Amino acid sequence: MMEATLDMTTVAKVNTATSGGREEFSHTISGTIGKPYLDGKDAKFFCRDVNVFYSGDKQAIFDVNMDIGRNEVIAMIGPSGCGKSTFLRCMNRMNDTIEGCRVTGDIRLDGEDIHDKEQDPVLLRARVGMVFQKPNPFPKSIYDNVAYGPRLHGLAANRAELDDIVEQSLTKAGLFKEVKDRLQSPGTGLSGGQQQRLCIARTIAVSPEVILMDEPTSALDPIATATIEELIDELRASFTICIVTHSMQQAARISQRTAYFHMGYLVELNDTKTVFTNPQHQLTENYITGRFG
Amino acid sequence: MSTTTEKVKATLGKRYAKEKRFRFYGLASIALSLLFLVILLTDIVGKGLPAFSSTYIKLDVQLDAPTLGVSTDATPEQLRMANYNTAVLNSLNTLLPGVTDRKEKKALKGLVSGDAQYELQRMVMDDPQLIGTTQSVWVLADDDIDVYYKGNIDRTLPEGDRRIKDFQLVWLDKLEAEGRIDSKFNTTFFTRGDSREPEEAGILSALVGSFYTLLVTLSLSFPIGVAAALYLEEFAPKNNFWVDLIEVNINNLAAVPSIVFGLLGLAVFIQLFGLPRSAPLIGGLVLTLMTLPTIIIASRAALRSVPPSIREGALGIGASKTQTVFQNVLPLAMPGILTGTIIGMAHALGETAPLLMIGMIAFIMDVPDSVTSPSTVLPVQIYLWADSPERAFTERTSAAIMVLLTFLVSMNLIAVILRKRFERRW
Amino acid sequence: MSTLGILLTLIVLAAFSYYIGRKRSLALATPMQRGGNNLHSLPSYYGYLVVAWAIIPALLVFVLWSTLEKPLLTSSMMSHIPAEYQDKSADERSLISNRILNLVHNPERLATADPLFKAAAEDYQQMQSLSNIIKTLLVLALAIAGTFIGLRHVKPKTRARNQVERVVQIIMIGCASIAILTTLGIVFSVLFESFRFFGQVPATDFLFGTHWSPQTALRADQAGSSGSFGAIPLFVGTLLISAIALLIAVPLGLMSAIYLSEYASPTLRAYAKPAMEILAGIPTVVYGFFAALTVAPLIRSMGESFGLSVASESALAAGLVMGIMIIPFMSSLSDDVINAVPQAMRDGSYGMGATKSETIKQVIIPAALPGIVGAFLLAASRAIGETMIVVMAAGLAANMTINPLEAVTTVTVQIVTLLTGDQEFDSAKTLAAFALGLSLFVVTLILNVVALHIVRKYREQYD
Ligand SMILES: Nc1ncnc2c1ncn2[C@@H]1O[C@H](COP(=O)(O)OP(=O)(O)O)[C@@H](O)[C@H]1O
Ligand SMILES: [Mg+2]
Repeated sequence: MMEATLDMTTVAKVNTATSGGREEFSHTISGTIGKPYLDGKDAKFFCRDVNVFYSGDKQAIFDVNMDIGRNEVIAMIGPSGCGKSTFLRCMNRMNDTIEGCRVTGDIRLDGEDIHDKEQDPVLLRARVGMVFQKPNPFPKSIYDNVAYGPRLHGLAANRAELDDIVEQSLTKAGLFKEVKDRLQSPGTGLSGGQQQRLCIARTIAVSPEVILMDEPTSALDPIATATIEELIDELRASFTICIVTHSMQQAARISQRTAYFHMGYLVELNDTKTVFTNPQHQLTENYITGRFG
Repeated sequence: MSTTTEKVKATLGKRYAKEKRFRFYGLASIALSLLFLVILLTDIVGKGLPAFSSTYIKLDVQLDAPTLGVSTDATPEQLRMANYNTAVLNSLNTLLPGVTDRKEKKALKGLVSGDAQYELQRMVMDDPQLIGTTQSVWVLADDDIDVYYKGNIDRTLPEGDRRIKDFQLVWLDKLEAEGRIDSKFNTTFFTRGDSREPEEAGILSALVGSFYTLLVTLSLSFPIGVAAALYLEEFAPKNNFWVDLIEVNINNLAAVPSIVFGLLGLAVFIQLFGLPRSAPLIGGLVLTLMTLPTIIIASRAALRSVPPSIREGALGIGASKTQTVFQNVLPLAMPGILTGTIIGMAHALGETAPLLMIGMIAFIMDVPDSVTSPSTVLPVQIYLWADSPERAFTERTSAAIMVLLTFLVSMNLIAVILRKRFERRW
Repeated sequence: MSTLGILLTLIVLAAFSYYIGRKRSLALATPMQRGGNNLHSLPSYYGYLVVAWAIIPALLVFVLWSTLEKPLLTSSMMSHIPAEYQDKSADERSLISNRILNLVHNPERLATADPLFKAAAEDYQQMQSLSNIIKTLLVLALAIAGTFIGLRHVKPKTRARNQVERVVQIIMIGCASIAILTTLGIVFSVLFESFRFFGQVPATDFLFGTHWSPQTALRADQAGSSGSFGAIPLFVGTLLISAIALLIAVPLGLMSAIYLSEYASPTLRAYAKPAMEILAGIPTVVYGFFAALTVAPLIRSMGESFGLSVASESALAAGLVMGIMIIPFMSSLSDDVINAVPQAMRDGSYGMGATKSETIKQVIIPAALPGIVGAFLLAASRAIGETMIVVMAAGLAANMTINPLEAVTTVTVQIVTLLTGDQEFDSAKTLAAFALGLSLFVVTLILNVVALHIVRKYREQYD
């Protein structure tokens, strides 16, 4: 059954100019190479034939199929503009907020179709949290930033519970020690790395099941990046994490599986080690050896 | 199912209800604002439309020499002074004979507008050969009669509550039966100046006054505004105290109440420099100062939207900074500058308060013939008429507003078209 | 020569001097071997240089003379009237001078005029025509002399282009400086007349007095009789009407802006935005007419049907219509402010599972708050300074009340009333208008400066 789906995937020809522009290779993307599927039932996310169109029928994602396992960190890499963010945003229906954006295909979270009429985007986003490329704390105090989600969703019955959630989330995000004396000062006053950890704390305060991270460290310095990477490794115990990254080292360090996207196609999805040591597709190899991208 | 999911689900109903309510408030705000607009416009148009027609009465006037007191070979001056009033009265008396009561006699005369005798005067002076003949002439009815025929006087009311009494109604019914009453397009409204009599009042002098005032405003504010914008955007040193001061001033002046500009005009232009009061010249000067910030701000935005590559290109082939700006940048920014200017002129055209301060509030019958002759402008004319209690003036005020709005809409349309037409994506 | 005649002559002279300047530069140029010639600049710049010499001094003198002519002539005339009038009070002297000037402008009244005034008026007329002749001759002479001087500067070595560009720069700086001059003009005209007013009426009486009835202070012996110029009722009236207006405009404008920028479909936005702009483009005199003739009677009859007594010029009617006028202003300012909130902020909130309204209420509005406060202050300044609506729809009597169903008067209404009558310029009454103008200017200036500062800081935050 699974194999059959694989065979039916579109065959596309992709022209890629080499960095020097000397020659043009023609590569064939025929389905996804590697191990895009897990043992059916165990998948947290189950994505089949996902296509995304922006306004004016500009297609950004072509027939993507993949499974995402429980408590795994899956990294998504690829040249910029290849659709990583677009795909990531399908999983908590953030693309709904973009005017004219259309998503087709079958995406299931724990077996439930997230596009089902019964599904509620608000609930979905509470279950599938998101951390963005640029730290975007709200113009509120540190405390209120973290308490934002629990308050919205009515997760705390009283102030003490809320205090508890805030403290635990900040602790999990490794930020509590640094800010415990200034919880009431504005979140925008923190450093970039701290702001990003605040955003992570804000996300986990709702106790989601999945956390989507879109290049969470691209705006940070190396030390802050290292802190966040450690944090991600710890979070893996309680959450499923999908992380888009432009840094291959980062993908190699923190993820179990890596997906390589190219011009809207999912070219290869395999164990991280395999992708970086023995890429199966020419395009993947070109990318990780730095020949373009 | 996790506890989060359960808790979230429990809140959803309430939250979506709130969402719906909020959305509704937003939509309702827009709907309400636009409803106000619709009410305002329908109110004005409803009141103003009747003003575009006037009621006329057909008189058979005997222009015989004895009545008029002149003969065919009279000088123009004699023709001008002839007794047309009696001729009008005589014709009314023939139409409705047997009026003896003094009050009724007065009312009889008041059936037609005071303009009737001047209508005859114009006819006779154009063609003195008419003397000695009997002419059928359509003359303007009095404004009360006009209001009656526009359906604004209810004849079922008790007589005491009506401006038109029973005996007058008898006359009017008779005249109407004889086909002597008709409604025609109100040309007077567009060809005359102000008048104490509503049926003779027109907007021509105010329109011409507005024209002269805007002429002064445009010919001053456009060059000055563009020059100032060019300096600030292209030449001015950055972080210079004076330049910053100028910018702060421009931004503030854009928000100073217009009436304050009127005080400035009164104290400086009239009291200090002794320029003539009530003249379009001063009106134009005051409006120039008022619209300059608008034009400067719009022009700067237009200049800023010209990409640096254009400047670099011209400078690169050896043009001087001034040449570059005047020959390459300014032409590209022109559509934007013109758009801003038209919008500024539209503001100026609708402005009233500062012009009251400098005396453009006089009663002006004659069409002004220069920028220094006493005049009024259309919005001030509206203000003056709005103060008059007569129903017929209310009608004309609304009509004048319709004319003003037509001008404003056309100006804004031109601005929009200009912007669309020349909009460039760099 | 008439002003128009002089200006036309100057234009002709300008064209002429351009032509000969250019021609002369070409005549002086020696062609060079490699093509071109030895002129420093293009010939047309020599033309412009001569034009500048010919026109600028002449124009300056012309403008200066024209503005100073009348004050100088008047003061000279007043020094020629018989001695017994010389030591009258300033008020009376200005009365006399106005009467004489009236005669000058209406010569048909000369025959019947007082011989003394008649002599003065005729004197004035003579001096005026003399002044005109001298002005014409001087300006034309300057223009011609300028042309000659300019021509002497036309030499191949002259850096004509640089000189012309300098002149252009200076003209541009002059134009930009008009903004400063305007502010100074406003400040000095209101300050100067206000000082004269405060010379007659103590400033404390004006600022803290609760009784305003300038009409009763018409006679000289009454002028400044304390209590007549207490402006508090006007301030209260102004605040009352502005508050009503803001109560309507702020929520409606803000909610419209929110709906348009966060909810509306592109189609709705494409129609609703320009429609709101129409509301902004309607002249205030039209709103005034609407308020006075439609809204006020409506409110009155509605109030009466509830058994309330409503003044025919109620504050409510003026405030309501003023509110409608300010809606689009508030909404377009808020729209700018809301659009400046970065998309990342919205994404962050939606990503947490917030609904749209939760995002707006808890993230966007707090983020945009400084900008919204700025917009509110600008709207308040607009309401306080609005004139025509209140002149037409608010009352004249200075009632001190905060009941919106009663008639109140405002600062702007009183300015217009005091200055549109036929009174003398120097009376306490007219001067009071300038004192009111001063308070209006100061208050709106503070509001504007604070608002613009807040909005600028807010913009910088998200740039
Ligand atoms: N809001 C949008 N509207 C239209 N096109 C978009 C939008 N966002 C992204 N795209 C397009 O979709 C493609 C994929 O973008 P994205 O998912 O942001 O790439 P990545 O995150 O891999 O850099 C790009 O070609 C981009 O131009
Ligand atoms: Mg991206």
